[in-house]
Amino acid sequence: MVCEMETDQIEEMEVEVLSSMWPEDVGTEADKQFNVEKPAGDLDTLKEVEIKDKTTFADLKRLPELMNTTQQGSSQLTNLVKQWEYMQDNAARLLREELKNLNRQREEAEAKELKIIEEYKFESNEPENLPVLDETSDLFLKFRQKKRDALLDSKKIEIDEVFDTVAYWKQKALRLEKMLEASTERERRLIEKLNESLRTMESHQAPVEELTQSLKRAEGFLHFILQSAPIVMGHQDKDLRYLFIYNKYPSLREQDILGKTDVEIFKGSGVKESQDFKREVLEKGKASKREITFTTELFGSKTFLIYVEPVYNKAREKIGINYMGMEVTDQVVKRERMAKLREDNAVRKAMESELNKTIHITEETMRAKQMLATMSHEIRSPLSGVVGMAEILSTTRLDKEQRQLLNVMISSGDLVLQLINDILDLSKVESGVMRLEATKFRPREVVKHVLQTAAASLKKALTLEGRIADDVPIEVVGDVLRIRQILTNLISNAIKFTHEGKVGIKLQVISEPSFASHNALTADNEEQEQNGLTETSVWICCDVYDTGIGIPENALPCLFKKYMQASADHARKYGGTGLGLAICKQLVELMGGQLTVTSQVNEGSTFTFILPYKVATSDDYSDDQDEFSDMADHHSEPDDTTEGYFQFKPLLGSIYSNGGPVIGNNFLPHKVLVSSPIKLINGFVTEPSNNIGQSEMVQVENGSYMDESRHETSSDHCPESAHQYQNGNGRCLPKESESCSSSQASSEGVTLEMETELTVSSHREEEKAETDLKETSKPKILLVEDNKINIMVAKSMMKQLGHTMDIANNGVEAIKAVNHSSYDLVLMDVCMPVLDGLKATRLIRSYEESGNWNAAIEAGVDIKTMENEKIRVHSTNRLPIIAMTANTLAESSEECYANGMDSFISKPVTLQKLRECLQQYLH
Amino acid sequence: MNTTIVAQLQRQFQDYIISLYQQGFLDNQFSELRKLQDEGTPDFVSEVVSLFFDDCAKLINNMSKSLERPENVDFKQVDSGVHQLKGSSSSVGARMVKNVCISFKECCDVQNREGCLRCLQQVDYEYKMLKTKLQDLFKLEQQILQAGGTIPQVDIN
Repeated sequence: MVCEMETDQIEEMEVEVLSSMWPEDVGTEADKQFNVEKPAGDLDTLKEVEIKDKTTFADLKRLPELMNTTQQGSSQLTNLVKQWEYMQDNAARLLREELKNLNRQREEAEAKELKIIEEYKFESNEPENLPVLDETSDLFLKFRQKKRDALLDSKKIEIDEVFDTVAYWKQKALRLEKMLEASTERERRLIEKLNESLRTMESHQAPVEELTQSLKRAEGFLHFILQSAPIVMGHQDKDLRYLFIYNKYPSLREQDILGKTDVEIFKGSGVKESQDFKREVLEKGKASKREITFTTELFGSKTFLIYVEPVYNKAREKIGINYMGMEVTDQVVKRERMAKLREDNAVRKAMESELNKTIHITEETMRAKQMLATMSHEIRSPLSGVVGMAEILSTTRLDKEQRQLLNVMISSGDLVLQLINDILDLSKVESGVMRLEATKFRPREVVKHVLQTAAASLKKALTLEGRIADDVPIEVVGDVLRIRQILTNLISNAIKFTHEGKVGIKLQVISEPSFASHNALTADNEEQEQNGLTETSVWICCDVYDTGIGIPENALPCLFKKYMQASADHARKYGGTGLGLAICKQLVELMGGQLTVTSQVNEGSTFTFILPYKVATSDDYSDDQDEFSDMADHHSEPDDTTEGYFQFKPLLGSIYSNGGPVIGNNFLPHKVLVSSPIKLINGFVTEPSNNIGQSEMVQVENGSYMDESRHETSSDHCPESAHQYQNGNGRCLPKESESCSSSQASSEGVTLEMETELTVSSHREEEKAETDLKETSKPKILLVEDNKINIMVAKSMMKQLGHTMDIANNGVEAIKAVNHSSYDLVLMDVCMPVLDGLKATRLIRSYEESGNWNAAIEAGVDIKTMENEKIRVHSTNRLPIIAMTANTLAESSEECYANGMDSFISKPVTLQKLRECLQQYLH
Repeated sequence: MNTTIVAQLQRQFQDYIISLYQQGFLDNQFSELRKLQDEGTPDFVSEVVSLFFDDCAKLINNMSKSLERPENVDFKQVDSGVHQLKGSSSSVGARMVKNVCISFKECCDVQNREGCLRCLQQVDYEYKMLKTKLQDLFKLEQQILQAGGTIPQVDIN
């Protein structure tokens, strides 16, 4: 199509080319389209549809004038004229020669004629008969004939008249006249002929044609080059009015352009700029180039590279400008894209280096954190020694001042220990090492246990309550350890800042919060992976509310930041590490939830965390065995699972019932529990449901009677904890323990330290304790270790400490041993063949909870189950299991705790470490 | 006369054991071990240590067998050997051996057979070295005892 058009147009162009360069020839109608620009269609090859058949225009009147006045024009014209003149000269010369020739011929003819006339005169005297001449085309003959005719005529006349008469002369005159006439006639004809020949010569050798040809070629060449070039050329006068324009994209008729300025023609951005630029060039008189982007209604957005040069007339006066524009929109776009790319590249590079820096910093930070974690870990062991010793010291006879100092020392030590645990927790979460477990648990029980635990150490007149909405599922799947940790943290926080009123936990199911949509995914996936089950997800909102001192609004933002407390004043008054809430928040976020707080000063605070849980399918029991962490008694009253409200009223002077393990190694796992008299065997309780009243009645009987005397002595030093002593091993949370717990702990520490050879009572030896409370026996210790040398060393150390122990070489043997007889303490190597320490511990915990070894059997351990009462009794106890870790990454303390171990000793085992451990766990 | 010999031997013993600590052959755990030795178990340390060396020989032998194969080395087996060795050496306070075990374990984790072989050689060398040193030490002990003296308590801190 385009091609066709082009050829068409070329033809057309060629036809009309003539006229374009020689406007005179075309005629003077200025409006007649001067179709140089007919190939407007060509621009199709460059740009989209534009007006195709419009042409460019030139003011034909002005063009020659322009050509005459401008230098460029005149030189061009001069050239042409010279060429023309040369040809003209040539033609004239030829003509002149011809003329000369003709003249000569004429002269010859005339000379002949004269001669003939003379001859004739001669003859006329003696007339002769002339033959009749044939008519010939020959001029000469004709002449002759004519002459002869005339002669004949005159002869006739002469004959008619008498010689030398009037008539004779008359006739002679007549005859001569006629001859003259004929001669004139001949001459006229000759001239005619000459003219004719001149004309033919002209028509043969017209210089016009040659000029035209050459011009045609020049035009053709120009058009050949320019036909598809996206170029606009033009000439504008001093006032920047167009006099001439050649445009590839003519979209205006010439009367719309000629005589007008840019500004008058176009509207839009860039027009003014180009106008100004032209004017500038005109003023400066210096040609220059510029790129201008036009946004006009006619063209849309187009960028032109414009070249403008001033035009002078012969007198070196500026008369206007020539301007040439080339459309470079695509190039500009490309260039800009390139520039942008380059810029992007630079930005990316900058970002990369920034990122590298950040990575470097992060790495450094991680290293620092790792270092902190390691150090914290390392500090913990000696620190527990310091605290332990201080506790022992507190049992000795001290004066009031010494005791005060010691109390400060112990509480500081406890605080540091807590801090270190928190740091370890935090660095674990931050470094992403923290792994979430998905286990099935009962939210009601968790709430209840957390409250029980808190109530057990409560020293204020506070009511603790738990409300669980009916729609909260009985069992859900989540990381129960972490959830308990969060709850415990929030509750102890609430208790700390509440002096009267109540503290409570409220659970309710909510619809999926908006923040969770993508957050939840990751958590879900993780759970899905671990669980391999397809459960429905449920969002549970947990409020922990109190009627405490509240938090001022301005302190809320930094509440969850590390090491920050609401105010320095609070920090002084209430103590604490300032890490608790940060850990809670991180844990909640790790699980895909959100932790928020609302508070009013002096009214209370509510911490709310929203977490997604999977709803467990109730028929699936296999998961339940992993539920080591939940000490819930599965045989309790049926309403327990659906109970929606618990309350623990302040009953000062007594101890609250307490179940379940507590997170963190600072909590001694063997809380002394008070229960109904029937279950009073060793101070452990299965599931006391709101039997606080009863507990008061039985508390005295609880614990090891054997030690009472000693306790009494020690309680002298710590009168405020007297009621706890009556309960034997009543323990407080270390954080809030102040002097009481330490003295309590130390009382037993002394036992071990100073009276190792004496009998140490063990309330965990159930049967014996039941039958013969006075019987003294050594605690039974099981060492699970596969390395002979380690066994040898550990055995020797135990001997030094006055203990013997049984040995199991791997996890399976350990389970068998635990099944076979009851132990007071298990030292468990983590990394062992056959069954490692972590798994073995988990299986033992599962057994303690469920009362059966199903989990172990499932895991491939060959156990001869003994269905008897003993197992039931065992199952209510929590056997202290101490990990022995090589302190490598694979054997982290956190993992030990997570798998149900109570504490750990880092290898190599030393006498001191062992001694501390025994002090802590053997009572 | 006897007392001077005893004193001399005791000093020699002290210097020797301190040098073992200083050169890094032993660490605190060895002191722990020595603390466990009393009248009831007079040869505890040497018993444990000789058990350790026997263990070393056996484990190294096993591991070298595993590592001899040019291909398909059972790194799991080697790893358990290294773990054993590391635990034992850490328990007796054989510091050098323990340190080599640590890098040995790293090589094992990335299944670097060359590295493992190098470590094996080193461990072999280290334990034999320690063995000679400790034999010397025990010989000195015997001499002291024969001369009627007591083994001095050495505080290496």
